[in-house]
Amino acid sequence: MSAEKTLNLTLKVWRQKNAASEGGFETYAAPGVSTDMSFLEMLDVVNEGLITQGAEPIAFDHDCREGICGTCSMVINGRPHGPKERTTACQLHVRSFKDGDTISIEPWRAKAFPVRKDLVVDRSAFDRIIAAGGFISAPTGSAQDANALPIPKENADLAMDAAACIGCGACVAVCPNASAMLFVSAKISQLALLPQGQPERYIRVRDMVAQMDAEEFGSCTNHGECETACPKGISLENIARMNRDYLKASLIYRPKVATGGAG
Amino acid sequence: MQTGAGFFGSSIGKKIVMAITGILLVGFVTVHMIGNLQLYLPAHEGVYALDTYGEFLRTLLHGSGIWIARATLLTAAILHIWAAWGLTLMNRAARPVAYQNQAYVASTFASRWMRVSGVVVLIFIIVHLLHLTVGNLLPGFEQGKVFHNVVTGFQVPWVSAFYILAMVFFATHLHHGIWSMLQTLGLSHPRYNGLRHGLATLLTIVVIGGNISFPIAVLTGFVR
Repeated sequence: MSAEKTLNLTLKVWRQKNAASEGGFETYAAPGVSTDMSFLEMLDVVNEGLITQGAEPIAFDHDCREGICGTCSMVINGRPHGPKERTTACQLHVRSFKDGDTISIEPWRAKAFPVRKDLVVDRSAFDRIIAAGGFISAPTGSAQDANALPIPKENADLAMDAAACIGCGACVAVCPNASAMLFVSAKISQLALLPQGQPERYIRVRDMVAQMDAEEFGSCTNHGECETACPKGISLENIARMNRDYLKASLIYRPKVATGGAG
Repeated sequence: MQTGAGFFGSSIGKKIVMAITGILLVGFVTVHMIGNLQLYLPAHEGVYALDTYGEFLRTLLHGSGIWIARATLLTAAILHIWAAWGLTLMNRAARPVAYQNQAYVASTFASRWMRVSGVVVLIFIIVHLLHLTVGNLLPGFEQGKVFHNVVTGFQVPWVSAFYILAMVFFATHLHHGIWSMLQTLGLSHPRYNGLRHGLATLLTIVVIGGNISFPIAVLTGFVR
């Protein structure tokens, strides 16, 4: 690792008072920031300066600051979470920039992710998609024996890869159509690949896709941007799996009827 | 939960309509190009192979074959456009405020310009039908004399230029479309994912290369 240096940066940040107000870009100087700082620490320093001046600090979402919570939603120089692959904004470091750089910072832009304040967007649409079917129904009681259910190693690996999704919304943010299909397909795949996910597999894909559409996300036109912006490397293969499952779900769907004790 | 939208109202349902009609249309343009290669066959006893082929298509199944084909293609094209229209409106609405700064990495000119190239292809199809099916685009059209109509048509430089330009747009549409329809139908696996772009490139080069060769062959006097 290279020795610590300091950089002078200029930030062009989206400022918006609240959901109802019109926003705009403001320019801030960030002089003498350490290359060892994370991007969010750099924003903390800028905010301390703003607070000292009696100005309103830049509001941004952050939580774990170790790249696993998916909260730090910001588009940095036109890329969600900044220019580095498989990196969230909190894990992006100032050393990724050059002295004298001007950095633009914008919130996620999607109808389904309304801006609440500055860089903070409301991502509860994702929660509602999960609530529509992104779960399994498990009986209560004592846990069954480990390895009672045989699972092929390949499926376990693919399910784990899909489960790496942290729901940050970078896929929606980068997609020219603001489509959430990478997120939804990861949440469908992590269950569709495992035996525990089978009973509700086809109801799940119908319900989650219906909720995704109801939240007014766009649709996939196979640009492939999402895959490159995803901090967890979720693959487009998941979208293909979701499409397959949706097609099958549509072919085998039976409307509910109250006969034969089916209630 | 079951929403009222159903298959055709859903995003993925419309995408699947796009893909399935896309397969039909890709199949058609491939066969169409191969059939037209008969432009290069020598005349047999004063009758051009292309004219015989045209006659064969018009009289297939006692003349009903061509109408079955036309009805199928028209339905496929209408459904393709209907799905594209619906998805485009949905996608436009999904991002009401644009980014000031957006850097693309994976998307291509072809993928971002699908709607534009699609409209160009639609205009091309209308002009093409007026030119060689209806026959009222240029003077001197003779019903049934396919070879004559093609050659005299392409001898007009602006007609050839229009065809070639339209084919360039069509190439981008085909290339992204072929890959895209495989992905939409769920055909994705590491074992053959590399072949998907290869197939798209190969089919695009074959179809567009063949199609562009016709006006060039006429303009250069290779076919006269």
